[in-house]
Amino acid sequence: MGPHHPSTHGVFRMMVTLDGETVVKLKPVFGYLHRNHEKIGENTTYLASMPYTDRLDYFCSMTNNWAYALAVEQLAGLPVPERAEYLRVILAELTRLLNHTCLAGFLLQDTGASGTPLMYAFREREKILDLFESLSGSRMMCNYQRFGGCRIDATPEWLAAARQLVNGYNAFLDEYEELITGNEILMARTQNVGVLSPALAVNAGITGPMLRASGVDYDLRKVDGYGYYPRFEFRIPLGDHGDTYDRYMVRMLEMRESIGILRQALDRIPEGPVMDPKAKIRGFKPKPGEHYGRIEGPKGEIGFYLISDGTANPYRYRVRPPSLINLTILEDLCLGHTLADAVIILGSIDIVLGEVDR
Amino acid sequence: MLGSGLIQGLAVTAKNFVKSFHDPARLVTVEYPEQKTKLPENYRNFPFLVYDGDQAIDGLRCVACKICEAECPPQCIYIIPDRDEKGRPTKKPKVFDLDISVCMSCQICVEVCPFDAIKMDQHFEIATAERFNALLLHREDLAKSDAYFHTLHPTEAAQVDAVLAEAKRRTEAKARPAAPAAVPATPTAPAAPAAKPPEPPPPAV
Repeated sequence: MGPHHPSTHGVFRMMVTLDGETVVKLKPVFGYLHRNHEKIGENTTYLASMPYTDRLDYFCSMTNNWAYALAVEQLAGLPVPERAEYLRVILAELTRLLNHTCLAGFLLQDTGASGTPLMYAFREREKILDLFESLSGSRMMCNYQRFGGCRIDATPEWLAAARQLVNGYNAFLDEYEELITGNEILMARTQNVGVLSPALAVNAGITGPMLRASGVDYDLRKVDGYGYYPRFEFRIPLGDHGDTYDRYMVRMLEMRESIGILRQALDRIPEGPVMDPKAKIRGFKPKPGEHYGRIEGPKGEIGFYLISDGTANPYRYRVRPPSLINLTILEDLCLGHTLADAVIILGSIDIVLGEVDR
Repeated sequence: MLGSGLIQGLAVTAKNFVKSFHDPARLVTVEYPEQKTKLPENYRNFPFLVYDGDQAIDGLRCVACKICEAECPPQCIYIIPDRDEKGRPTKKPKVFDLDISVCMSCQICVEVCPFDAIKMDQHFEIATAERFNALLLHREDLAKSDAYFHTLHPTEAAQVDAVLAEAKRRTEAKARPAAPAAVPATPTAPAAPAAKPPEPPPPAV
């Protein structure tokens, strides 16, 4: 299947061997979208890699920015002002809402429910993208985080608009769940399809909602407690069976928790600067050393491994993309299922090819 | 009951279908190009060069320091500094080319510029039939007035004016002890800064 659009997820190819309609062998082939991201990162300054991180996973540019900014800040020991940390949490959770909403839409599109669920998801996504645009200047390629804070401060009107969106989001989720969660066709197509055992998930390095759908309680927001997440109250939804339906359901429940975090963050956000006054834009050269900085992105653990040799360019710049590592177990999930199920399983893994191929 | 989920789903669809014709919040279609939505102030597209006064090329704030050329992630800026007949740099760009087929609108040139000379435009209707020369902008195409910048980004422009006025006040204060007979500096109006760009910061020793 492929190499162009085996379903709707981008340029990706699956070499599938079939027995009748049953998958007996599946080999993913990727690399069609390779753009030399890591080598470019080694040849440009630290700041110049920031807009490239937008292009990794173009749904989640805010969390990609944050992961990279966090890695560089920890490498160079830069402090971040309180308001910037709150803004980062708000933007990361908005990104999580955006990503999971779209994933639910795409998953339903893969099952054959063409149109309606995806259009509802895109309607809500549009509102979040409008927020991103009015804050950062661009809908998807936000390029917003900086080493030591955020680029532009959020105005009170922006925060009010964000609060309005968050207050309306539960109603949208209720409507969406009424539309599809109890739907017999969705249940029949997704339950007991593509079961991922907890042991395989841990051994293969799966992270994010996919790991939690298999019942493993591992969320970097709780484990690392990066940013200001320890200050917020939220729960980690866990799945029971590890099948495609659980992967869908965990994301729906995660969105409800994200709304809770957003409400707390919007209520408590303090006044103050969003940029550390000592942070340098030009001539940024961290001390020699190495660091791996990671955060819990909507798709899983997104991390940046940086080695500095004291110059303006990183000596080594390595991305840990959640999409690629979650994709490695595709064959194990698909074996024994039909060809049509393979498309749904791929949809439930939640990949973005920009991040898989880099 | 088998099928109840389906009926429930269809009811939601029907409700949305009816609402999308009556609810004002749902009537979101804009008939582009006859109608246009208002762009947010922070919206950015491609960079342009700011000039002061009414001479587009002579008034450019750019001093051809090449910082943006070095920092630009996709390397889409090309600068040759101008020199006078004796070969001294005149702190003006002789060539300032920007390839917007390469530019990725990241705004890093704006952030690194110490002279507030390059800013982000909001003009997005740039379709052209010719894909090489028409997309390679020269300094004549890039030069836009300070007033235009004020209409695009009023908040940012006010901050820039404050910074420029402060820099001007400081250079004048420095120049005053050397020429005590000079007229005391009057505070310049922010809307009309002088054509001369502020002095570059002293190089770090």
